[in-house]
Parts: sequence; structure tokens; C-alpha cells
Amino acid sequence: MGCVESMNYEILMRDASFRECRDYIKQHFKEFIDVQPGFKIFDIHLIGVPPVAIGLDADFIVFPYTKPCHGTFLLRVEDTAEAARLRTLKK
Amino acid sequence: MSGEPTTPLGTALLVLGCPQVPVQTSIALYLINRLKKSGVVPVVAGNKSANTLLVIADPDRHYLGEVMDLDRAVALISDKKRDFDRCFVFIHNDAGISYAATMGAISKAKLFILIYGEHYDDLVKQVDFPCTIIAAKAVHNPMPLKKAIDEVKPWAA
Repeated sequence: MGCVESMNYEILMRDASFRECRDYIKQHFKEFIDVQPGFKIFDIHLIGVPPVAIGLDADFIVFPYTKPCHGTFLLRVEDTAEAARLRTLKK
Repeated sequence: MSGEPTTPLGTALLVLGCPQVPVQTSIALYLINRLKKSGVVPVVAGNKSANTLLVIADPDRHYLGEVMDLDRAVALISDKKRDFDRCFVFIHNDAGISYAATMGAISKAKLFILIYGEHYDDLVKQVDFPCTIIAAKAVHNPMPLKKAIDEVKPWAA
């Protein structure tokens, strides 16, 4: 998974479609933001059909991560600074 | 390769999908050939397996030019450090649709999507962003997809 491998992540969904990931985030997280594909989170440029949803739950960030051969993973990563940065984008 | 115009007439990015479906490598080399003969400079972006299949098939680089990692290509375009005139995205699964939509959002390139595989018609229905769709039921035999490409002539667009 490239640089994602160095993160302490939890996989919430695997081999999912982009729609399943978007629906999961909007159904399970009260707090989320919609961004455009290519949006940079950590060192990753998000892949997806716009809008791409990112879920926020306290210091946890939930986002889709797509690879050509493995579909889309929905990852959950704890990062206080990145969660705070994303919240500022909601305003 | 002979017969190419000496002055480049634009650039094209070929975004490869998972090489699980055999026609991808064959069609990529065919498209590269047609683009080069039309004076368009093709650049390939894929994961390691997809790129290696092409590099091994064309060891003297008669067809292939620049080949780059797919994540790097997305980063360069997203960061506005590079862009192309045309973009061709190879699609046979849901991830391919996601990559195509991403290219449509981050790049100013004219977007062509090549949809193939057993369930190509289901994938075509998922496309709701501006692009030219080139689609055919092609898994092992590249001819249906080649014919679909020849009808569109994207190298001349």
C-alpha cells in the first residue's frame, strides 16, 4: 500500500466499491466532509468519483484508499493534527 | 519506430488498470503505436505489474516511451506539476471507474475511457462524468476493443 503501510490503520471495508465507501461514511459518521478526487490527506491523493467523503470521529479519520487490483479499502487512522486540519476545511 | 511526425502534436497519458484482464497490455501497445504515428507523445502510468508487462514485451522500446508509477502520476497532476492533452484510462473494475473520475477531476486532458472485460456493460452504466467511452466485451481477444477504438480514432481527436 505504499506509504499507507507505514500508518497504524484499521481496515473497515475491503474490496469495496467507491459508492459503498461513500454510503458507509455518510451512514456511520455524523461528521464528514466531501472533497474532490486528488485531495491530499496525509501523503495520499484520494482516488474516487466526486464527491469523495471523509469521515471524522474525534481524532480518527475514515477515508477510501483505492488500488487498481484490490478495489477500495475504507481505512480508519488516528491523527489529531490531520483531523483538526480537515475540520478547518468544513468552515 | 519509423513514420512518426518529427514535431510532437501533444501528449497522452495512458492510465493502466490491474493487468488481470489480458487485453490491456495488447491494446495499450496498439494505442501507443497509433498515438506515436499521429505525432502524440504517449506516457504510461500503471502499477508495477501492469508497467512491467509492457516493459518486458517491448525491451528495445520500439513503442514505449516514458513509464511511470500510477501514484506518482496522480500526485504530479494533482499538484499541478504536470498535465497531458489526452488521457486514456483502462477500466475493467470499480477501481478503474474511480481512477477515471479522478483523472477527469484533476486533469485538463481530454478524457477517453476504455471499458472492457466480462461485465463491461455494467461498468459503462456507472460512468456519470464527461468523457468519451470506448467499450467492448473483450477479455482474451483484443479485436472487439481494437475495433471500438478504431471507430473513435482518439489519436486524431
